[in-house]
Formats: sequence, C-alpha cells, structure tokens
Amino acid sequence: MSDRDVTTAAPPPAAVRQPGSAPRPTLARTLLTPKEQIPRGLSVGLGIGGFAVVLAIWSILTYGGLIEPLFLPEPGTVAKALYDMFVHDNFAADVWASFYRIIIGFLVAAAIGIPLGIAIGSFRAVQALFEPIIAAVRYMPASAFIPLMIIWFGIGQTEKMAVIWFGVFFPLTLMVADVSANVPKELVNIAYTLGASRWHVFRRVLLPASWPGVVDNLRIGLGWAWTYLIVAELVAASTGIGHVILQSSRFLETEKIIAGIITIGVLGLLSDAAFRLFYRVLFPYAERVAR
Amino acid sequence: MSSIAARAVTMTFPTRGGDLQALDRVSVEVEDGHFACIVGASGCGKSTLLNIMAGLIRPTSGTIDVGGRGVEGPGADRGMVFQSYTLFPWQRVRENIEFGPSLNGVAADERRRIADSLLEEMGLAEFARAYPRELSGGMKQRVAIARALANNPDVLLMDEPFGALDALTRAGAQRFLTQIWEQHRRTIVFVTHDIDEAIYLGDTVFVMSPRPGRVKEIVPVDIARPRSLEDMGSPQFAELKRRILSLIFADVDAEAAAAR
Repeated sequence: MSDRDVTTAAPPPAAVRQPGSAPRPTLARTLLTPKEQIPRGLSVGLGIGGFAVVLAIWSILTYGGLIEPLFLPEPGTVAKALYDMFVHDNFAADVWASFYRIIIGFLVAAAIGIPLGIAIGSFRAVQALFEPIIAAVRYMPASAFIPLMIIWFGIGQTEKMAVIWFGVFFPLTLMVADVSANVPKELVNIAYTLGASRWHVFRRVLLPASWPGVVDNLRIGLGWAWTYLIVAELVAASTGIGHVILQSSRFLETEKIIAGIITIGVLGLLSDAAFRLFYRVLFPYAERVAR
Repeated sequence: MSSIAARAVTMTFPTRGGDLQALDRVSVEVEDGHFACIVGASGCGKSTLLNIMAGLIRPTSGTIDVGGRGVEGPGADRGMVFQSYTLFPWQRVRENIEFGPSLNGVAADERRRIADSLLEEMGLAEFARAYPRELSGGMKQRVAIARALANNPDVLLMDEPFGALDALTRAGAQRFLTQIWEQHRRTIVFVTHDIDEAIYLGDTVFVMSPRPGRVKEIVPVDIARPRSLEDMGSPQFAELKRRILSLIFADVDAEAAAAR
C-alpha cells in the first residue's frame, strides 16, 4: 500500500473535530485535570505562593492590629529577633547543642535499629523473639519516659540523647523490618536458582534490596528525632533550641518563640532535602522517592 | 546438558479446610536437549511442578532427577525464568547477567566474556550499562534469559516468562527463544497457559488436568524445525491446537457438570 492510499483513507481535513487530537490543552484545563503534569516553573511558583499566603495573613493580622503583639508579633519583629538571637545571644551554640544531641541519639538508634530490623525482617526466629516486645514498647510514648530518663541520667546531654534514642529506635526498627520482609520472594528464589548460598542471598539480595527503603525510613525517623529533642529540652535543659523557646515563654518574648520554631522548621527542611539528595545519589536505579 | 525428570511427584498443601492436593503422582521426563511445554488450566499445578523441579519447593513425595542423578534443593544446574520481572533493580544489565557466574567463583575476565557474548546474542549490547527500570518488558525478559544462560545450566526452567508481555512483543520473544534454543540446544521445560505458544515452541506438550494436578496426555509436536511464526497458520498446527483444547475443556466441562 502506498502513502497515497493512507492519505485518502484518513478523514477529510474539513471534519468538525480535528482527527487524532485531544482538546487543546489550555492552562485552566491542565490545572483541572487530575494527575496531569504542570510546568516546573508553575510548580515552584505555587510552592512559594503557599508561603506567601501564610505570610500575608500573618501580616494582615499583625500590621493591621487585629492581634496583640504579645500573642502574635509582626513578621518584621520575628525576623529582627532571629537576627539578634544569632548575632548577640549566641543562638548558634544552642542550635549546635540541639543538633549534636540529635545526631548522637539518632545515630545510635540507627546503628542498632538497622541491623536488628533487617534481622527481624529476614529471620523468623529473630522476628519471633524481638517483634512483640518492640511493638509493645513502641506504643509507650517516649515523652512519658522523660521523668524516668531524668532519674537515670540527670538532665545533661545523655538524658536528651536517651529520649531521642527511645523515640526513634523502636518505630525505626519495625519499619526497617517491614522493608526487608517485603523484599520480593521471587528475587530470593531466582538467586537460589543461580547458585546462591543462604549467605549470598542475605548479603547480595536482601541487603541491597533493603537499602533504599532503609534510607527513606531514616529520613522519616530524623523528623521524629526533632520532635522528641524539643520535648526533652522543654522539660529540662540549660542549652538548646527547646530551652531557648521555654525561656522566651517565661519572659513573654513571643517573637523569640516563633523565631525558634521557624529555626527548627528550616533545619528539618534542610535535613530532609539532604536525605533526598543522598537517596538520589546512592540509588540512581530506584523508581521513586517517597514523601 | 542433561535430561530432567520428575518422578511420581505428589504435592499436598495443608489448608484450613483440609489438605489440598496440588499434584498427584506427576511424572514428566524431558530428554537431553528437548523443549518440553506444560499447559493446563489455571490451578492444575503446573507452576508448582516447575518450582519443585527447580528445587524451590520440596514435594510431599516423589523425586527430581537431572541427568539421572537425584537433586534436592535449587542449584545452578537448573536456570529459571519467572513471569514477573525478577532482575535485580540495583544492578545494571551486565551485572545482572554476571550475577550467577560471580556467585560460582568465575574469574572477572571470564564473566566479562560470558556477559559480552550473551549481550551480543540477545541484541542488548548497547544496554549493558542500563538499569532494569530503563528497559521495556520484552528486554527485561531477554536479560532474565541471558542471566539464566550465563551459568551454562543443564536445564532451563521457564514459568510463563512471556505472560506479562503484549501480544506482538510476546510473538517476538517466542521467535527469539526458538533461535536461542536452536543455538544452545538446552533442555527446556516451559510452563504456559497459551496453547499456541506451547505448540510453536515445544517438541512435546504435556497437557495437565486440574484438582488434583495430573499429566493427562503427552502430545508430541512433529512440526519441522526451524519453525516460523507462519507455521501457526498451518493445518497441522490447527489440528494440534484443537486436540489440546478439547483435552483441557473436557475437564472444564466435566467439573461444571459435577458442580451442577
């Protein structure tokens, strides 16, 4: 059949609806189509817009005099407070104190939780031994253990790290266990038919198949670590972001409280971004990055 | 290369409602270098049988022989290809193909040579450095076949390897597999529910009947090789297909009648 036959077989160009083309994608139509991709620039713009809306409402409420500064200070005052805290009050030292507690508590939780979780997910006997007790402790809130931790460790660094460890270790272990338990059985079976020993299966299939999920759960676990850190610092501490927030509350320095909270938010956002980057660099083969 | 045989394999799964007999004294013998297909309605135990031959499931009773020697458990002498995509996602195509040889202590340059020649043969040379997620379904299964062949196994066991592919890709994959088989003359046991596929590929078609799974009939396929996809239109092909279909649907009808 020649090209000419194909052309004549097609509907005439005068047809009411253009053949083979969907309705013209206007911007409004794109935005209202479920799951439709939007331009990258628009996506970034909307993200910034979300912040702008919050800032705008905040500004209207405060600069418009609708709320007492004691309850909600103006954005400018908070920005000034944040600047003063870093420049004059050595707030960086408090941020570092908090950061240091997180890193140690979190690392210890991960260092034990990852191998234990993988073992629970891989070996039924380990699962039978550890899973019930970990699952039980997981539902005991870490914050409820703070008084106990203070009796055991005092109110120094160790107590904060212990609270973070306690809050992160149990759920992280179970989530890692879930990751390794969900490695498809087919991958294990195919390795056996390729001549793998049990050790090979563990070392060369279960472990590499688990890493992306483990790193993703570490990112989520770091979020919990921040929560427990601040709780621990609010209860008893002489340094740290939580301590600064509590002190500011005592002196009714609302702007410093908000400045402290914003600092935590920014740090959380930065660590999240770092983990995402880490994930993409380590696992270029992974299909997706979870939220 | 070797023959493979399942002898009087019975498989019973314990279930809540009592034991479920998946296979009842099934015997399948495949000669050295032969291409055997196993077809049957779903639930006839054909995949279970293949997994038993691979050593991944221990049968309730019965034995598996490879080259006349009994085997227990899985081993590199029986390569396997599954329907689901089982490439290791963290490894590039080349690493996937080299996985078996690397487990079995083959030196790096020898592995390289094996992978190079398989990549060439599979038409995947330019994808050696791609990750599985970058490949189409048909390409993934070609890599899976190459990975199984890299171990130089005696027998290739294939569990509906083309079941997830679209019709045209599947036809291409079938043609490709016959070419590979004609080159390597490997003993193949191929499970499928696609009767056309079974006749086109196999020297012999084992027709199984369900509940409990049994070998109902062994149908030799005497269509001359090398075969082409056009052979599917021949009267001989149609006659074989008619015969196998009637064997399978006789059971289906009998079950329906029993249920009434």
